[in-house]
Amino acid sequence: MTSKTKVLNFVQKYTMIIALVLVTAFFAWRTNGKILMPQNITNIISQNAYVFVLATGMLMCILTGGNIDLSVGSVVCFVGTVGAVMMDRDLNMWLAVLLMLVVGLLIGAWQAFWIAYVKVPPFITTLAGMLIFRGLSNVVLQGKTMAVTNEKFVQIFGGGANCYVPDFFGGENINILCLVVGILACIIYLVITTRNQITRRKANLESGSLAATVIKAVIIVAVVIFFTLRLAQYKGLPMALIWVVAVIMIYSYITSKTTVGRYLYAVGGNETATKLSGIDTRKIYFFAYTNMGLLAGLAGILTIARLTSAQPTYGQNYEMDAIGSCFIGGASAYGGVGTVPGVIIGALLMGVINIGMSIMGVDANYQKVVKGLVLLAAVIFDVVSKKKNS
Amino acid sequence: MSESDNILEMRGITKEFPGVKALDNVNFVVRRGSIHALVGENGAGKSTLMNVLSGLYPYGSYTGDIVYEGEVCKFFKIKDSEEKGIVIIHQELALVPYMTIGENMFLGNERGKKFAIDWDKTHAEATKYLKIVGLTDSSKTLIKDIGVGKQQMVEIAKALAKNARLLILDEPTSSLNEADSKALLDLLLEFKKQGLTSIIISHKINEVSYVADDITIIRDGKTIETLVKGVDDLSEERIIRGMVGREIEDRFPKRYGVSIGEPALEVEDWNVYHPIYAEKKVIDHVSFHVNKGEVVGFAGLMGAGRTELAMSIFGRSYGRDISGKIRIHGKEVTLHSPRQAIDAGLAYVTEDRKGSGLILTNPITINTTLANMKGVSNRGVIDRDKELSVAEKYRQKLNTKTPSVRQNVGKLSGGNQQKVLLSKWMYADPDILILDEPTRGIDVGAKYEIYCIINDLVAEGKSVIMISSEMPEVLGMCDRIYVLAEGRIVGEFGREEASQEKIMASILSVDLAEKEKEI
Repeated sequence: MTSKTKVLNFVQKYTMIIALVLVTAFFAWRTNGKILMPQNITNIISQNAYVFVLATGMLMCILTGGNIDLSVGSVVCFVGTVGAVMMDRDLNMWLAVLLMLVVGLLIGAWQAFWIAYVKVPPFITTLAGMLIFRGLSNVVLQGKTMAVTNEKFVQIFGGGANCYVPDFFGGENINILCLVVGILACIIYLVITTRNQITRRKANLESGSLAATVIKAVIIVAVVIFFTLRLAQYKGLPMALIWVVAVIMIYSYITSKTTVGRYLYAVGGNETATKLSGIDTRKIYFFAYTNMGLLAGLAGILTIARLTSAQPTYGQNYEMDAIGSCFIGGASAYGGVGTVPGVIIGALLMGVINIGMSIMGVDANYQKVVKGLVLLAAVIFDVVSKKKNS
Repeated sequence: MSESDNILEMRGITKEFPGVKALDNVNFVVRRGSIHALVGENGAGKSTLMNVLSGLYPYGSYTGDIVYEGEVCKFFKIKDSEEKGIVIIHQELALVPYMTIGENMFLGNERGKKFAIDWDKTHAEATKYLKIVGLTDSSKTLIKDIGVGKQQMVEIAKALAKNARLLILDEPTSSLNEADSKALLDLLLEFKKQGLTSIIISHKINEVSYVADDITIIRDGKTIETLVKGVDDLSEERIIRGMVGREIEDRFPKRYGVSIGEPALEVEDWNVYHPIYAEKKVIDHVSFHVNKGEVVGFAGLMGAGRTELAMSIFGRSYGRDISGKIRIHGKEVTLHSPRQAIDAGLAYVTEDRKGSGLILTNPITINTTLANMKGVSNRGVIDRDKELSVAEKYRQKLNTKTPSVRQNVGKLSGGNQQKVLLSKWMYADPDILILDEPTRGIDVGAKYEIYCIINDLVAEGKSVIMISSEMPEVLGMCDRIYVLAEGRIVGEFGREEASQEKIMASILSVDLAEKEKEI
């Protein structure tokens, strides 16, 4: 391999990370570094928590063959509505949370049934869901806003002024817990990577070049330390981050290490081959869409906590944010290709562009134009680079 | 030979892809009014050469000259070469199923004005060209309603409608049965009489010797030799020797010391109806058995129902209203899904490895373990290292040529893809393997290796059912042969008594009986 093709391969593999760095640098320059201020970094995470969660679920659907779920925005709203009503009637907070997740799961299963077992096209099924659950939210709320007053709920799910993990160490100007967590995360990551490398080398399996692994590790550690330092300088770890990280970790694991995850990719890659390999592909569709409902439920919880209320207009265009993040993050519109970390990068890129433009004071309508162009550009790049590869 | 006798000369063509020299100083000369065959193993560079000629790889992306009709041509796109009368018909049929024959024939070449297609003219001209290729169907018939054989004829008619003077056919008979193939080849011979020049790319050596005047052999991106009818020896052995660069003494490896045992799979009175046309019976009272350590062949024409039979047995993956009994090792089983079939010890290795066998966008590792995820996972959690070592083991065992088992299967050659597909099913550890056209579209060397793998499998005490349209292969590899026609078993031959003539005769006797009934 010549050095030129090596560089090309590198650029192709890490396109979106490079894009994220460039875009962040651009906004850092245009906003005189404001975007990298501790508070703004905290905001990128808290404001976009729902996108991270929904995009992860959306990825599972897209993997099955480029199928999307248009109903998630309405489901977020409906679950939020149900939760607000329950807490308004002084239901136990944890019971309410559980019920909200169950409602999301049931809605997911309802749609998944039609998609997987009756073969109604996902686009139609979820378009119907989009109308149904938006309408139901309106019916329940009677067009009005319902406040969420349960402070504990709001705090735990990342809303209000106090939505940070308390610092057990009691740092004065800096949140020590946050730093400790960051450093611990780095150590765990390094230990796992080293162990993998050692076992692979021992078993004489392909393990990739050592230099690449080391460089990757150094960059990841540097980024994690930088961000935790920034967060520590503000108020510490946002609660929303905890939920987002949990979702990312669980679903990274499912997609890369479990048979269910493998089948998601397989169905999108070649459905007939998967069927003939003795896998019930209907179950895979059912899993993807039921799971989407569950995560929409979680996103609903995060949304009403952050906005401390439920309104019939909440969640509008959330599906578009999630779908956009997936495609920007490298998921294939034909299915079978895409990773959770990729999608998170996609969502981050959108988040940075949003907040960067807001700080710069760009008109909201122009922000939409820019986001649309970014989405188009990402997919164009993907298609063109694939064409050149083949 | 003067210059003008040659319609085409490709001189010193070199085409490189990143890291690979696909064509290396290739010279290729086609005489006017001849049928010129281009043969070579998979990946030898035949299709690349034709893509250079047709302008799919534009001028400038290769080096060398294309001299067509005495002038140096620079084709930047396919339209450029088509304007000069060079028309290529690709291996995969490129027709739109829900459009009529006429619409398809003039797609991109519409009659009438740009914003006002003249449909009367379209269908009138279509009818004219259909007549030339010997089709009597109406030009308003939808493509989906005619068979593959006729579709291929429509492709040719479509090419003629572009005023073709040099017709290039890439594996034109790969999806046709013997009768349709013969008709197509005879049509080419007929065109030759009228002065049309054709280039034919084919794996089927017998067809090449039947139809070609000149045969150019390509190996590893280089032209090896051009054999001329009447001057050189054009026997199959001679051509194969040129293709592989060595003598293949025995095209079918011998099996030693394999003892044939008890029946492993018995199918009794099996009936299957068409999944869409419910009244059409696809498999009709079929009974057969396969013994332990035996290779049993299923011969028959395309559409005889062999694939349908295999898939309906493999967990009812085809058809409806299925009835009949299946016994495995003497025990009756009901198989309602591929999973149950796999668990009962069956494997079905599809004929369509790209469409329903492999996930082309995924690496060898993932494809190898897909049918037996339990083997590399524990309670739903995959052991990646184990998976890697399994894939590596089968790569070595089957001698799959790839830089790494992490390579995407789509980037492998046909023969190596077939080996990955076999790996997948061998790893599922079945007792009975149904191999559907296991050597279709792969080169001679890889075929031999597949035969060796089949021999190894039966030596381990497994049973193999081999469905194949290549008669020599069935005769050379199988202990016993069933002949299927119109969904019925019409003959059964032991290894010694079987011959190409006998098999054809039993197929034809059904056809005749069928025709008499109609009368």
